[in-house]
Amino acid sequence: MIKFLYLVNKQGQPRILKYFDNDSTLSRKTSESAIIRKCLSHAEGGCSFLDYRGTKLVFRKYATLYFILGVDEDENELAALEFIQNIVEIFDKYFDKVCELDIMFNLDRVHVILDELLCNGCIVEGSKSLALGPLLLMDKVVK
Amino acid sequence: MPTPKRLRDVIREIRSARTAADERAVVQKECAQIRDTFREEDNTYRCRNVAKLLYIHMLGYPAHFGQLECLKLIASPRFTDKRIGYLGAMLLLDERQDVHLLITNSLKNDLNHQTQYVVSLALCTLGAICSTEMSRDLAGEVEKLLKSSNAYIKKKAALSAVCIILKVPDLMEMYIPASRALLNEKNHGVLLTAVCLLTCMCEKSPDTLSHFRKLVPQLVRILKNLIMAGYSPEHDVSGVSDPFLQVKILRLLRILGKNDANASEAMNDILAQVATNTETSKNVGNSILYETCLTIMEIHSESGLRVLAVNILGRFLLNNDKNIRYVALNTLLRVVHADYNAVQRHRSTIVDCLKDPDVSIKKRAMELCFALINTNNIRGMTKELIFFLEKCDPDFKADCASNLVMAAEKHSPNKRWHVDTVMKVLTTSGNYCRDDVVASLIQLIQEAHALHAYAVQQLYKALLQDVSQQPLVQVACWCLGEYGDALMSQAIEEEEPLNVTEDEVLEVLERVLIDNNSSVLSKEYALTATVKLSTRFKHSVPMIRKLISIHGASTNVELQQRSVEYGALFRDQDPIRAGLLEPMPIPDKPPTQDTKQNGQAMTNGNGDLDDDIPSDVDDFGSSRTSKPAKTAPPAASESQNILDLLGGDSPVAPPLESTKPAGSNDILDLLGGIDLSADPGIKHCVAQPPSLLGDDFNTMHNAAAIPSLTAFDRAGVKVEFIFNRVSPNNVNVTVRSSNSNSSTFNDFVFQAAVPKTFQVQLDSPSSSVLPANNAGFVTQVVHIANPQKQPIRMRIRLTYTGEGGVSVAEQAEVNNFPPATWQ
Repeated sequence: MIKFLYLVNKQGQPRILKYFDNDSTLSRKTSESAIIRKCLSHAEGGCSFLDYRGTKLVFRKYATLYFILGVDEDENELAALEFIQNIVEIFDKYFDKVCELDIMFNLDRVHVILDELLCNGCIVEGSKSLALGPLLLMDKVVK
Repeated sequence: MPTPKRLRDVIREIRSARTAADERAVVQKECAQIRDTFREEDNTYRCRNVAKLLYIHMLGYPAHFGQLECLKLIASPRFTDKRIGYLGAMLLLDERQDVHLLITNSLKNDLNHQTQYVVSLALCTLGAICSTEMSRDLAGEVEKLLKSSNAYIKKKAALSAVCIILKVPDLMEMYIPASRALLNEKNHGVLLTAVCLLTCMCEKSPDTLSHFRKLVPQLVRILKNLIMAGYSPEHDVSGVSDPFLQVKILRLLRILGKNDANASEAMNDILAQVATNTETSKNVGNSILYETCLTIMEIHSESGLRVLAVNILGRFLLNNDKNIRYVALNTLLRVVHADYNAVQRHRSTIVDCLKDPDVSIKKRAMELCFALINTNNIRGMTKELIFFLEKCDPDFKADCASNLVMAAEKHSPNKRWHVDTVMKVLTTSGNYCRDDVVASLIQLIQEAHALHAYAVQQLYKALLQDVSQQPLVQVACWCLGEYGDALMSQAIEEEEPLNVTEDEVLEVLERVLIDNNSSVLSKEYALTATVKLSTRFKHSVPMIRKLISIHGASTNVELQQRSVEYGALFRDQDPIRAGLLEPMPIPDKPPTQDTKQNGQAMTNGNGDLDDDIPSDVDDFGSSRTSKPAKTAPPAASESQNILDLLGGDSPVAPPLESTKPAGSNDILDLLGGIDLSADPGIKHCVAQPPSLLGDDFNTMHNAAAIPSLTAFDRAGVKVEFIFNRVSPNNVNVTVRSSNSNSSTFNDFVFQAAVPKTFQVQLDSPSSSVLPANNAGFVTQVVHIANPQKQPIRMRIRLTYTGEGGVSVAEQAEVNNFPPATWQ
């Protein structure tokens, strides 16, 4: 199961924080910064997996943004890494060369995409075109 | 009221803030405005305001005041409002009950909405925030949606069902028929979530697991279609058809095939196919192979398949990609119990991974190396691991050192090698090594009679070079104290004679004693070593007395006390010194501890002796003097449990275990030789008698006969106290225990504790077996010192193995001592 997804920039500022477990708000806040610090300080070019108190952190850096997935012991780390790549490709497709600012200014849309891909800690959809369908439709209606 | 700012503008404003304080000011101003708008019940801009609030929440500012607004948005008929409302509910709501009640109704309405996107929003939110009550209320709705004809809704409903089952496992039954039907779908999303749902059910209930075993052929077919299918742009991920689905199916197969030969048989072929046909040049392919290997190793697979899996992992180990190497190590660690020899073949590659710069890889490699050590490869592996220990990050050192010591204990080819290795671990890991290593090395050296001289020589050499490594200093001091004479007298083969003099040895001990970096514990070791040498060295007593007096005025109570008491051994108590300082007997093995669990408590350098004390005497911590020394037999620390009965720091004497006549030697045996002052009994007999005898010349009490007392009579076990007042301040109690039951009780132990105004010392009992039918007694003498002549109070505790091997523990308080025993 996937426990959380963070998108943070190089300075450690959160851009998206999404949780899929029923943890209390307080304990989330405390572990958040510790996890972000741990990932950011990890040597570049090293292995993309870290352990944090029983949670496996799978992370990958794209330009200025870090994608961090917290998964439990049973999850396939390599598949999680591939899933991050998948998310980025979908963002890229929607925003056309996605950058940090796109994600900042379209918080709600990013959440819509993520909700299509990932629900209650499980991957819902692997297909890029299907995942974007609802959002594209929504944009069309709004226009 | 002006129009609220747009989200875009707020983000820009926050971004342009130059300092953290600026940012706070901007956010606070914006929050105040949002609150105002909320208060005015404005419907037009509520959505915009909640969106801003979500952004602010993400930055870490409080946003709980938006919770109710989210509920209002959810209830709105507009889709945009609903969307933001649900998003807000997912991000902002916590376990607050009242809000939950309000939202359940809206969710129920929306689950029955005719637009699929609204239903999907509600399902997503339900999964994110569902509580037990909500699960019960909405389980029926979700089940209905699971059977809908719309794939988009079905896949989301399946995941909501997972959440509901996790919250309320009783509701699982309801979903079993619907979830089986989901596997007939063509849509990959539905299949993916259906497999998730099935996996969740199988993990939660063994009954369901055996019920679902018959789905294996169907799952195999789905997997087969996936790998056989040609390129389909919709599901292609870097050239592989829906790897996420493949991974999930493989995992479900693993759960279904575990411990079931038939199910395993049915999946052998497809696993072989996946293992051979999957493209390995990219990460995607490797993720599938990784999952396949795990499945092969965990089910009852054919031996050829297992070889294939281990070979794939071996290839992974050689891969340039660090992530793949990490995964390989991780997997080998998981399968090492299933196929020990196959993993053993990759040992050299695994050892190479110890040199990897990456921490995650190093950590796994270290764990795997320890799993692979056996009697045949212990020498080589230990060499590599000691090399690793030297170079590795401080975080690893403690674990690595303790594990090395454990491995050496288990597989060592001979004593000499064992001693050498543990010493090497000790010198290499320095101050990072845990206290358990110190204790086990001392024990090891003590047991190896032939190696005493060798060990002490090696440790002396190490100590000459470095007195800053506390664990090393402690072991070396202990050995110098015990076997210091061997340094001069015995020549060791293969080793050059050291030609040391007594003064040189004492100089080293002096360095430890006065070094500012020595921990208190190390100084205690050194002090005790010095006093022991007084009987082993012939010419150096004046020097030894000088060294001992160094800490006579120490601010540390423990050091000062030792120093003063050892000093007394050269003056008033000189006759007993030789007996007191005899070589130590080999102590019982301390109970093996899970070093990982105790890792925190046992890190070295705390200077405390209380590692072995059970936690129930923690509140007793103020009195150092009564704590058992670390190498004392377990019985001594057990008897400390009774101390908390009296709630204070009352001293207690452990019952003597040895059968030798009671005397100062025996008391020392118990103390394990490190901590001479650890027992109040010895303090009493060493330090107090002179002053006590001074004020006593009234012996008439001795003559008076004191009536005996029944201290305990329960379940057929009777304990009688017979008193003998030996002096006005001391009374001897003969404890006579009998058993009127029809069966004999074994392992009978009597323990006593008194408040701290008294002192108590127990002699060894006549037996530990309590014969049946009052056929005999167990007697034990208890010496009570009562300098303040207070009414005696005592807590007693009895433990024995009763009928049918049941161990019984009883306690009682005895307050009715006859006045003649204390007045």
